[in-house]
Amino acid sequence: MSTQPPLLEVDELSVTFGTDDGTVRAVDGVSLAVEQGEILCVVGESGSGKSVMTSSLIGLTRAANARFSGRAVFDGVELIGASERQLERIRGAEIAVIPQDPMTALDPVQRIGDQIAEQIRAHNRVSKREAFETTVALMERVGIPQARTRARAFVHQFSGGMRQRIMIAMALSCDPRLIIADEPTTALDVTIQAQILHELAALCRQTGAALILVTHDFGVVAELADRVAVMYGGRIIEQASVTELFGDPQHPYTWGLLGSVPRVDRPRSARLPTIGGAPPSLVRPPTGCHFKPRCPHRFEPCDDVPPLVSRLPGQPNHRDRCWLDVEEKRRLRLVDGDIRLVGAAT
Amino acid sequence: MTRFIVRRMAQTVIVLVLISIFTFLIFQVIPNGDPAARLAGRTASPDQIRAIARSWGFDQPIYVQYLRTMQKIFSGSVVSYSQQINVVDQIRRGLPATVSLAVGAGVIWLLFGIVVGLLSALRPGRVLDRVLGFLALTAISTPAFVLGAVLLYVFAYRTSILPTGEYVPLTDDPWQWFRHLVLPWISLSLAFIGFYSRVLRGNVLDAKHEEYVRMARAKGLSGRRVMVRHVLRNSLIPIVSLWGLDFAGVIGGGAILIESIFDLRGVGQYAAESISTLDVPPIMVIVMYTGVLVVVVAALVDILYAYLDPRISLNT
Amino acid sequence: MPGEELRVGTGVGPYRLALRRLRRNVAALVAAVVFVGIVACCLCAPLYAHYVAHTGPLDNHETERVKVGGHIRDVVSLIGIPIGPTWHSHFLLGADFNGRDVAVRLLYGGRNSLIVGFSATAITMFAAVLIALFAGYYRGWIDSVLARMLDVIWAYPAILLGVAIGTSLSLGGISLGPLKISGDSLYIPALIIGFVNIPYVAKPIRGQVIALREKEFVDAARTLDAGGLRIMMTEILPNLSSTIVVLVPLMVANSILLEAGLSYLGAGVQPPNPSWGTMISDGVRLITTSPFLVLVPGVALVLTVLSINILGEAVRDALDPRAVTRTRR
Repeated sequence: MSTQPPLLEVDELSVTFGTDDGTVRAVDGVSLAVEQGEILCVVGESGSGKSVMTSSLIGLTRAANARFSGRAVFDGVELIGASERQLERIRGAEIAVIPQDPMTALDPVQRIGDQIAEQIRAHNRVSKREAFETTVALMERVGIPQARTRARAFVHQFSGGMRQRIMIAMALSCDPRLIIADEPTTALDVTIQAQILHELAALCRQTGAALILVTHDFGVVAELADRVAVMYGGRIIEQASVTELFGDPQHPYTWGLLGSVPRVDRPRSARLPTIGGAPPSLVRPPTGCHFKPRCPHRFEPCDDVPPLVSRLPGQPNHRDRCWLDVEEKRRLRLVDGDIRLVGAAT
Repeated sequence: MTRFIVRRMAQTVIVLVLISIFTFLIFQVIPNGDPAARLAGRTASPDQIRAIARSWGFDQPIYVQYLRTMQKIFSGSVVSYSQQINVVDQIRRGLPATVSLAVGAGVIWLLFGIVVGLLSALRPGRVLDRVLGFLALTAISTPAFVLGAVLLYVFAYRTSILPTGEYVPLTDDPWQWFRHLVLPWISLSLAFIGFYSRVLRGNVLDAKHEEYVRMARAKGLSGRRVMVRHVLRNSLIPIVSLWGLDFAGVIGGGAILIESIFDLRGVGQYAAESISTLDVPPIMVIVMYTGVLVVVVAALVDILYAYLDPRISLNT
Repeated sequence: MPGEELRVGTGVGPYRLALRRLRRNVAALVAAVVFVGIVACCLCAPLYAHYVAHTGPLDNHETERVKVGGHIRDVVSLIGIPIGPTWHSHFLLGADFNGRDVAVRLLYGGRNSLIVGFSATAITMFAAVLIALFAGYYRGWIDSVLARMLDVIWAYPAILLGVAIGTSLSLGGISLGPLKISGDSLYIPALIIGFVNIPYVAKPIRGQVIALREKEFVDAARTLDAGGLRIMMTEILPNLSSTIVVLVPLMVANSILLEAGLSYLGAGVQPPNPSWGTMISDGVRLITTSPFLVLVPGVALVLTVLSINILGEAVRDALDPRAVTRTRR
């Protein structure tokens, strides 16, 4: 662990939206830290609040019906209460975003190069010419052939993988210190998903930028992440280094996620174990632990919200939200010699 | 792009042919009774009807009738039966008034439609949006000819601030030209302003929720630049095509009611008068002329659209 | 927008939700009350004519006199100016140049305008949805043919095409086999308006059908060997319902406006049958002396169409999950 202060420190961040159906608690007291240059993976199901959490950091969820509480300090600047002006200076320059679907994230009626150049010119005092040259260089760097001509093309003339490379080029354009990538490959063909992610990770290592990678692919987590945060129902329920999490997962929900990853060493005939039940309603969440209704190991204390603390001696950075005793957990999670939530369905 | 234009033109030619057939059908085939009698109007003598039947070929098979009708229309030799005046000449005479009406009103409704739409979209759901929305709906719900009649009554008959109608050519007296057209322009524009503002408001609000607008903000662009470069640009493109078609419709005599109320003697009023005397040949020619105009303009608008929105030409 | 993915099921159907939102919309409620009031009044036209005004919509009284506030006045003066609103049971809203009771004609005319508006919308929706389903589902040459046909109708300004067909039909009426409609029937304008409006409904719905046929549930039905007709009716049509619901008020409003325009030009409802359009048309001739002859039917027309439009907009907002104006603050 480095001794310098973390690049980003989120403290008890909550985000709620007032809707016709009631108040949606999308993010519910999230705390986490991102160190300089590290890769943090945020894992969770759809609707677990990962996207809202990451977009709230740079104020993209600000709306008339949104309420925020808590703090997020990036390099000494508090982001949650920051003015729109302050955020504009940080967005794209200090913190860059790579979106889920590059097709819809690029303006259909403007040339690709212009869209990258406009970001460069928003943060640097350079001429159009210089911005364009930088754009071409960036496009070459992320592996786009004939960058000079391609810069004048429109988004629909690019393939999915190329589009995401454009988004990566865009993210890198102002040498950001932090990149937030929100499931950057879900819209892509499976065959190039891994390739794009590896390229992204390599570019981050090269430039020294930290990366928050939102994903639900544990294969990606195992390969790329330094640390992992697992989100469920708007809360972080477990947070650890990648080795700690895979070696000694503490939260039953994490067991379920790990157990449902397809593996080559399992017989093909066995069906993938799933987690029974549905994700919690964020309008009327269960009291106490959000995972309680789906957890086979629930007991009385689960009616109170378990705090996110370290429960393992000697591992202060491995924190989780589960009331179960550590030894009890180690016994419960072993099903047929594997880590699982429950026995595989037959 | 070239391929797109060629294909669009081919489509246009097909629609043009279909339009001519359709126009022919409306007047000669669908209705009951003798087409010659219909062309002759209600006051014709049997001799006249017979003469008409011969000259339009109603004793011949239907395709001959069609061809002969088209030949008459496109050679410009159709003559109205109530006044025995060449129809094409008459249309040509009406064009300056119609074009003046269309250009002035078109500019007004495009401009105000955009302004009102943007003002509404600025803070959706707030007082200004609600008031403008109500006014826009009221404008959409008011027939132009009722509005025109009321404006005439207030500004011309009661107070004599403005003339009661008729068209004064621009070349004769620009000031009088303007004074005579103010009320027609307003009457014709108001409903369009209401409609365009609603469309634009919807477009802007939709665009605001697009991923690329979120991304533009994530890039650190100023709110103003996001609005102008990404939201507005994408919202205004559909307005362009809408405007082209409506404009063509008005030039083609679609402002038939306004022209009649204000006695502008344009193409539309010529159609209206022919209707009231049941003089079929001019109506047929005007309907044909308008259809052709709209189809051609629609094709041009589509090509312009393809330039503005690069998705179109490559996807379809 | 984060709200979308977070709208986790609370077990309420989209229509129930829409209704709930609609009930909260004050403008829509007012519009609904106004519209229902107007329809009710128009339906009661014969009652009003018989029991209050003691005259019919077509009865001329131009040579008669009427007692107003103690004075005896001509219904139509010697120089042809009809009596203005009396605010009494006789000639409540005045008389027209034939000495006919404007209030009575307003109610009967409203009835005719509404009948034409609603029948025309029914015709439009039926034909347009059918065309859109076939064109959008089968694509290929069927689509090309139908789409070109829509382009043709759409190429004419609605009013001009309506006038053209109206003139043509009012001369001879229609006779298609057993179906015979005389030239002065109300169903001629309804038919014309219904026809002219088809492309405005068919085009957007066709686009939606094209999008829907690529959906998984349609594929699923296809693998179960369901026929095209069956898929259209049971899989695609139900998914068009919200679009149709949104388009209906719009078309009713447009049809009533178009009817007024056509009648004004003499190609819609045929005199002496009243409709708001014919009444305005008659009134314009006397606008210098009797502006109420335009104002009375004009205001009724605008009020009706406006209330339908407000309702229509509210329904659209309520059904559209992306509507931004609605979010509570």
